[in-house]
Amino acid sequence: MADLIWEVFRQERKGQAFVHGGSFHAPDRAFAEAYAREFYARRQESVALWVVPREEIMAIEEFPDEFDLKYRRVDGYSIKARLKEARERAGTAQS
Amino acid sequence: MDARTQEFLEYVQAGGQVETDDWMPDEYRARLVKFIEMHGNSELMGVLPERDWILRAPTLQRKLALTAKIQDEVGHCQLIYRVVEDLGKPRERCLDDLLSGKSKFHNVFHYPTKSWGDVGVIAWLVDAAAIISQKALLKCSYAPYARVMKKVCWEESFHILHGRDTVLAMVTGTPAQFELVQEALNRWWTPLMHFHGTPIPAEEDPMFVWRIKSQANEDARQQFLDGYVPQIRELGLEIPDPKLRKDEETGVWEYTEPDWDELMSVVTGHGPASEERLAFRRLSRNEVDWVAKVVLAEAA
Repeated sequence: MADLIWEVFRQERKGQAFVHGGSFHAPDRAFAEAYAREFYARRQESVALWVVPREEIMAIEEFPDEFDLKYRRVDGYSIKARLKEARERAGTAQS
Repeated sequence: MDARTQEFLEYVQAGGQVETDDWMPDEYRARLVKFIEMHGNSELMGVLPERDWILRAPTLQRKLALTAKIQDEVGHCQLIYRVVEDLGKPRERCLDDLLSGKSKFHNVFHYPTKSWGDVGVIAWLVDAAAIISQKALLKCSYAPYARVMKKVCWEESFHILHGRDTVLAMVTGTPAQFELVQEALNRWWTPLMHFHGTPIPAEEDPMFVWRIKSQANEDARQQFLDGYVPQIRELGLEIPDPKLRKDEETGVWEYTEPDWDELMSVVTGHGPASEERLAFRRLSRNEVDWVAKVVLAEAA
């Protein structure tokens, strides 16, 4: 028997990001559409819905930083000491 | 307690939140399932006293509002059972355990409704008490549950107003209508005082220790009394507790100690309407069983 779990992503207003709203059981697309409309839009609280079978979603939850990739981020750069030295050399350091 | 559990405990006590796939201690998972399942059961059983009044609602508008409220609550049940399922207990087993009496549902749904006055008092005051508990769950350490509560609280916002409006219509009506509300309040006051549970201190309440709940039972009850006693009294209604008063110095409400044995007896399935409600739920599950079978067979 097909008893799938569907995940719902809803957009509250045009232009906004879709946000996960919840999930429900439905046997097929037709039921999934009806339930999604009923559960997530019956008060006009959504302008659009994305309804996806859960098994089609790939979840990625581990983000190891084995190669120390912090040069991609602002916290990879500590310029304080170098800036101080550069200013001293140039004679522009503020006392 | 092993080091990993201790670390988890400190994490949730510092306001940390947990997702479905995160490691969690067995005790935490078991307590979550039991608590959230009971919440789901209560949403499902809570529509039965209201269902009795759909056909007897006094106006078309009230009938529509009541039906909408029931739809909301059944929707909450399915949302909440989904959270339980992701913790490892399938929906079918939740229903089995509810119907066999193995799991519990909230005390207020074990009592009969005698008049339309009860419908107003339930929709106003029982929902008000429930909203206080549910708002506190927005801070639950288990994030998927907290997220579901956002939708639940938002949908329930009209329920209290609908109940209050129903009560206002009756207290401004004939003396007989006013009396129906007063009688309903007399019947529901004890269950309302039971609603938030025994005044166990927060530090001794495992639900608070794990930060599944974010407030002590007594704090929730005090919040209810603070918010609603003045609203009840201003309508000329009398609360059936001669000891009920607010200590102006401490700001704490004093009241007659409710019979906690009654609460225990009621939630373990010995309330005046427990058996009738469960019997009806069994009947409807059997009656619609073929629908699920046909739908799932066709989809397969």
